[in-house]
Amino acid sequence: MAYDSFNILKSTAVPLPIENVDTDQIIPARFLKATERRGFGDNLFRDWRFNQDNSPKENFVLNNSSYSGKILVGGYNFGSGSSREHAAWAIYDYGFRCVVSSFFADIFKNNCLNIGVLPVQVSVDFLNKIFEKIHNDPNTEIEIDLPKQKITIESIAISEIFEINSYKKENMLNGYDDIDYLKNLKSEIQDFALKTPF
Amino acid sequence: MKKTLFDKVWDSHIVKSINNGPDVLFIDRHMIHEVTSPVAFLGLEKRKNSVLYPNKTFATADHNTPTLNQHLPVSDPLSRKQLQALENNAKKYGISYWGLGHEKNGIVHVVGPEYGITLPGATIVCGDSHTSTHGAFGAVAFGIGTSEVEMVLTSQCIMQTKPKKMRISINGKLNNGVTPKDIALFIISKLSTSGATGYFIEYAGEVFKEMSMEGRMTVCNLSIEMGARGGMIAPDEKTFNYIEAKEYTPKGDKWKKAMKYWETLYTDENAIFDKEFIFEGSEIDPMITFGTNPGMGISITKVIPKKEDIKGSIETFVKSLNYMGFNEGDTMIGKPIDYVFIGSCTNGRIEDFRAFAKIVKGRKRDDKVTAWLVPGSHKVMKAIKDEGLLEIFEAANFKLREPGCSACLAMNEDKIPAGKYAVSTSNRNFEGRQGPGARTLLASPTVAAAAAITGKITDPRNLM
Ligand code: SF4
Repeated sequence: MAYDSFNILKSTAVPLPIENVDTDQIIPARFLKATERRGFGDNLFRDWRFNQDNSPKENFVLNNSSYSGKILVGGYNFGSGSSREHAAWAIYDYGFRCVVSSFFADIFKNNCLNIGVLPVQVSVDFLNKIFEKIHNDPNTEIEIDLPKQKITIESIAISEIFEINSYKKENMLNGYDDIDYLKNLKSEIQDFALKTPF
Repeated sequence: MKKTLFDKVWDSHIVKSINNGPDVLFIDRHMIHEVTSPVAFLGLEKRKNSVLYPNKTFATADHNTPTLNQHLPVSDPLSRKQLQALENNAKKYGISYWGLGHEKNGIVHVVGPEYGITLPGATIVCGDSHTSTHGAFGAVAFGIGTSEVEMVLTSQCIMQTKPKKMRISINGKLNNGVTPKDIALFIISKLSTSGATGYFIEYAGEVFKEMSMEGRMTVCNLSIEMGARGGMIAPDEKTFNYIEAKEYTPKGDKWKKAMKYWETLYTDENAIFDKEFIFEGSEIDPMITFGTNPGMGISITKVIPKKEDIKGSIETFVKSLNYMGFNEGDTMIGKPIDYVFIGSCTNGRIEDFRAFAKIVKGRKRDDKVTAWLVPGSHKVMKAIKDEGLLEIFEAANFKLREPGCSACLAMNEDKIPAGKYAVSTSNRNFEGRQGPGARTLLASPTVAAAAAITGKITDPRNLM
């Protein structure tokens, strides 16, 4: 399922300075009953965002109108737990294109890259600076430059380089995914299959 | 070059390596269930692709299924629709399908090994993070996302970068009352939930050599809870005995040929791991968790740590204790509990029910405790009956439910009510995992049994 290509993103950001945010929080299991990929954004962080009677929880950041933007900034070990791609879909569908953290869980990171959400891993120090800066000024803009692999907060003139392997980067820049690649490899795969022991 | 067990299996499945990119990895076995596959099939259709090797994919319904009255139509319309979608997709593409009520039905990671779908040296994936379970057989097995499910359906391959390698050795003997679940909770408490992120684990040492296949599955199952891509154990006599003559295991000459490959599956002496941990079996006690991630576990006789002893963020720690309704420094023993859940792909196999039966035999369930006993599969359910465990359970006032994931993720009706305490043999104690507001304490079947009998957290060794 192709997604919009990603190049340079400049946006305000939403801070969530909690560690070990797991995918059960990002999208609780009871919302995984869909047979189509639709409407997951409405249930993003459902139980942190809404009371059981569906009224919004005032102290949760997504209900705080001072914060908005296409970048979600999370604490250490973001996206741990369940492999549900629904978590990445919920983030994308809500309107985020990028998640910044000092550490990501493996499967979540893969899922994000596969559907067009860019996970940007920064140093603990840089992450704390982002939290501090957006706490003081929610209108702070962050620039994510994928071609240069660079994240910048212009207003305080700091930036950092982030890692992404060149294959995934190419995909993100073009909005491609792996299936296009694998389709073209069909005959090689079929030859390989003949040699497998079971 | 000296290779680890993991290198041998991974490297022999590389169709192609991309420079500064992922490997194209051939997948021998793919398991699917109703929750993470429908969108993958939709994608397949949208792109007008088909399933390349339908005989390498196996479908079972488990996440969303009721555990009572499975012979009746599923009452929740959304669940019904999802189950129907799985059945339709399996039929349409010629994938073997073990739906609700089928004699082979059960939790995907329980039925795979039961029927010999899980094999040593195989690459196994499923859209479920606990696919790491199958590593107990010396397979490279790990969870994938829905986009990757579509990749496997289309091409029998996925594209991932090779993880780093970690070895966790536990030597010596175990203390009385210590089970594989305690070992896993102990390791996670040492490494934290992110301590193995980016790694594939090999478990080694005497303790794992001595361990049953079922125990190995429990340990490998929980690898993901320390962030690892997966965990595995070198296959041995026990492994081969377990899989021999199962329905999908190779037979005759094919078995012999496979055996030749399987006998090469061990870590070469002097092979290099990126990280190593070594523990002594005697360090480990029966464990229980007090917080909202599986790394927040302690020996059952210990007290909840104080803020100043916490390595990570204090704010996150406090949030977690508030959710649980516990205080720093609290003793775990004696805390009242409301629910007990035994089941899931972590502890829903026959050995787990035997361990549970051993404690509850001749005793009675505490009236205040609601207990859900959910076998991991129909085969497990049948064994519970055949071995006479059901009579023991019933005499102790327990009822047996029908197989499925159940309260492990509470997608069906089996939800722990808000604020209630559940001792659970499953794998995740995240906020709301077992139902909105539910408070989960992860433990072994033995600890769960002691809690069910006494109505509070109890050291199971006192009941042995
Ligand atoms: S029992 Fe729990 S962890 Fe295992 S497959 Fe089912 S939902 Fe996933």
